[in-house]
Amino acid sequence: MTATAERPTTTIFRRPSSTTGLWSWLTTVDHKRIGIMYGYAAFSFFLIGGLEALLLRIQLSQANAEFLTAGAYNALFTMHGTTMIFLFVMPASAAFMNYLLPLLIGARDVAFPRLNALSWWIFVFGAIFLYSTFFFGTSLAPVGVDGIGGIDGNLAAGGGPGTFNFLADSPDGGWFGYQPNAGPLYSAGTAMDYWALGLQIVGLASLVSSVNFVVTVLNMRAKGMRLLRMPVFAWMTTVTSFLLLFSLPIIAVALFMVTFDRQFGSLFFAATNGGDPILWQHLFWLFGHPEVYILILPAMGIVSEILPTFSRKPLFGYSAVVFAGAAIAFLGFGVWAHHMFSSGITPVAQAAFGLATMTIAIPTGIKIFNWLGTMWMGRIRLTTAMLFAIGFVAMFTIGGLSGVTHAVVPSDWQQTDTYYIVAHFHYVIFGGAIFGLFGGMYYWFPKLTGRLMNEKLGKTHFWLMLLGFNLTFAPMHWLGLQGMVRRTWKYAPETGLEPWNVAVTIGAFIIALSILVFIYNWFTSRRRGQESGLDPWDARTVEWMVPNPTPEYNFAVPPVVGSLDHFWHLKYDQDAEGRAVRKPDGDEIVARIEYEQLNPAEPIHLPNPSYFPVLVALGLPIMFYGIIYHETLWGKALIAVGAIITLGSLIGWGMEPLEEPHHVEHEDHDQVGEASFDG
Amino acid sequence: MSRSRFSLVRIAALVGLVLLLGACSLIGIDDAPLTTFEPKGPFAERIDNLFWPVFWIATGIFVLVEGAILVAVFLFRDRHQAKEAKQLHGSPKLEVLWTVIPALILAGVAVPTTAAVFDLTECGTDAIEIQVIGHQWWFEYHYPDADITTANVMVIPAGEEVCARMTSDDVIHNFWIPALNGKRYLIPGQTTELRLEAYEPGEYWGHCAEFCGLSHSLMRARVVALDPSAYQAWLEAQQEGAPVPEEGTPEWDGYQVFQNKGCTQCHTVRFEDDSMSLVVAEGAFNGPELTHFASRGVFAGAILPEEGQDREDALGQWLADPPNTKPGSFMPNLALTQQEIDDLIAWLESNE
Repeated sequence: MTATAERPTTTIFRRPSSTTGLWSWLTTVDHKRIGIMYGYAAFSFFLIGGLEALLLRIQLSQANAEFLTAGAYNALFTMHGTTMIFLFVMPASAAFMNYLLPLLIGARDVAFPRLNALSWWIFVFGAIFLYSTFFFGTSLAPVGVDGIGGIDGNLAAGGGPGTFNFLADSPDGGWFGYQPNAGPLYSAGTAMDYWALGLQIVGLASLVSSVNFVVTVLNMRAKGMRLLRMPVFAWMTTVTSFLLLFSLPIIAVALFMVTFDRQFGSLFFAATNGGDPILWQHLFWLFGHPEVYILILPAMGIVSEILPTFSRKPLFGYSAVVFAGAAIAFLGFGVWAHHMFSSGITPVAQAAFGLATMTIAIPTGIKIFNWLGTMWMGRIRLTTAMLFAIGFVAMFTIGGLSGVTHAVVPSDWQQTDTYYIVAHFHYVIFGGAIFGLFGGMYYWFPKLTGRLMNEKLGKTHFWLMLLGFNLTFAPMHWLGLQGMVRRTWKYAPETGLEPWNVAVTIGAFIIALSILVFIYNWFTSRRRGQESGLDPWDARTVEWMVPNPTPEYNFAVPPVVGSLDHFWHLKYDQDAEGRAVRKPDGDEIVARIEYEQLNPAEPIHLPNPSYFPVLVALGLPIMFYGIIYHETLWGKALIAVGAIITLGSLIGWGMEPLEEPHHVEHEDHDQVGEASFDG
Repeated sequence: MSRSRFSLVRIAALVGLVLLLGACSLIGIDDAPLTTFEPKGPFAERIDNLFWPVFWIATGIFVLVEGAILVAVFLFRDRHQAKEAKQLHGSPKLEVLWTVIPALILAGVAVPTTAAVFDLTECGTDAIEIQVIGHQWWFEYHYPDADITTANVMVIPAGEEVCARMTSDDVIHNFWIPALNGKRYLIPGQTTELRLEAYEPGEYWGHCAEFCGLSHSLMRARVVALDPSAYQAWLEAQQEGAPVPEEGTPEWDGYQVFQNKGCTQCHTVRFEDDSMSLVVAEGAFNGPELTHFASRGVFAGAILPEEGQDREDALGQWLADPPNTKPGSFMPNLALTQQEIDDLIAWLESNE
């Protein structure tokens, strides 16, 4: 696979070579570093989104409270949803997929390392662009078609009783941006443009990643790693990538259309002149429903790795779990209008989408029962990772069951747009995806750091979080069916909603406390945690066949895979009853693996760092700032500058040499040598 | 604490929580006027009858799954026994079983669900039509047969089906009277329908349920069901215009303020003498019609008067500074003097 380029190299196109320091992080194409950066960024947004939620909960802890102004409240719930979905759960899943995918399939990196870096930089610049709305965005009062009788237009939105009003000048049309409320007439100002264009950018990041992961899985598996021998997390990464590939273009189109409505006078979602506000909802949910499977499948993959390891038996029904995941993804494209049962669609449509929604419960149930089967008759070790994985199964089941009640269409006419729905999706996204992600953090922490997280603190985190989570979201089922509507700044005391709202707010603060415990654990364990060794969990899959922390080159010797759970079968035989029996030389085998991986026999060439991904990504927010202010001269100039940076950098990317002599210095090893796959 | 006691404590806590939450369902509609658990009409009742069986099935599955988790963790905990676990890979039989059984349960739920969708969607042919127009942030009601327009309180005859034909003047809203039926969108430029019927006379609370801007949380609704003869009387009274106030009375002064302060730009008032009626142009931006303002128990998007608040105090609070009560309100702060407010209140309260 050597391709020694014989092109003239000029100073401009010489590839960077640092391996330490800030510059090395800016130019890295190493999937592990990209995963780590995704992880820290995502977790930071988790904290910001959580703070937004706590402010909302303070406002709601009292009927008729005026802690926040109405405008600030609307901006906070818009940004809470947007942040948690697009800037936390998705990039956190990306962090895991980036770090682990090559390791799980026995590869040294993804198929396209520079594309991988591009995805990260697009994400980070998009997130900064979106959040810059708090500084630059404006949110103005609605201006009707013919002006509002007697009142000047362009009044600032927000105002009225309450504090934190400065937050009102931010996206306040909801994370779902329903039209025409979030359109040019009723959300005048630039805030919702930052929202639409910010999402456009971060969506592109995921799209780019998804191409990379699919190609990686199809082309870069180690010898013997047949598709149906891949760990389930690798499968879920693949399925999620296909979901992203097919759903992101839909939201991209919808966001283009709404940007055109807001900026350039088109009428796609207008109520008159042939437009249709409901069209926005169809397009949004055609993306939005597959999106929720994008949020949950990676965490389902994580749980499918943790449960077998700590039950000390294989995943029950591996093929069924894999195919059920694929079935969920496929069916997930056919249920979008279950978010629209009250929107006036015909009874035929309602019945069809109701039935389709019920159908998804079947593969979901298959996965849950197989997870139970994994634990059943195992030898269960309740490490923190295992607690979170079991917590996932328990909490996700609750969310899944409330989801089934939504499929009963006329009942959904009562449930929709109330806190009953808020309860449902928090049970599946928080109790499901986020619990799964935390489980993964405890499980794979040794791979990043070579140390174990503290188990006592971990268990404290788990039980506090479980308590806080249920205290926050269980009462919401009740509140919704007692008439509490969503997106509601105030509610009247006569509605009887206050007492449980107080409980909910207390629960939210308990969650916050549990997260502080986690943060403390993470940072102290990084420095002083117990050393893990190669195989702290006596695990089953090949990513545990490399030393901890993971060497830059992943595998010195790529594994030759003989079966599913290849690593386990290297260590264990089976007796006549089917019970695992550790091989007499099991420990020796593990020690030998560790030695081999730490001492590569041949030189290993790694993909060179590159600064073009940063540059290509940088042009995008510059262009998009220009689009928002396109009516000014400098706005137009920004569009041109951004476009030149992006296009020019793409050319540079294509022209930079494939390789330069590049010293990989890590510990005692100094390797320079042949090319491998580079993209 | 030994492991078995710890599990028991957890199970007991869970059961206790479920019972506590269940006990909450004993709260009636007087304590929670927006509850869906106390249906007061045939459509809401049909939905309620659909919800409970599904809820109990879901509860059964909940107990099974969560129970299995607790039992598994308790029974199969690693106790450093000599033997490892049997390395079972799966069971095709079980896979079939737990695919088919849920499918059958769901099929069972699907049949009554589908039937209810079709039964509940279209208005009956004998239904009384009331048009609902959504505005930021109040509901307008127009009775086409009687040709009357009112706001905030929808008066209907008890025991008869009403067909709400709905649209919006601005953004998407969602009309929801939980005791009477599920909710339905009000979409600008389109018409949707919602069947409503109350078994008995009474007051039924509602809320806008689609985020519609700054004062979405202050866009509420009230349905008042009257027995049929009272409803007829109400219709007839509404069809008459308001009396023109006598000169020199506070009502007259309030009527002058109303005309001089620009209120007529948005608010229609019809008088007994129709030549004096102050009518907002068709299709122009409008606020609630005030012809029979005093006949309505609530105003300002059905948020005032608050519980325990004196009606005139509430009206004074509103008139003094509408955007302070309802952020974003298109009714501006007109910097009225206290005298002007008192006069307006006198006049408005005379429009029964």
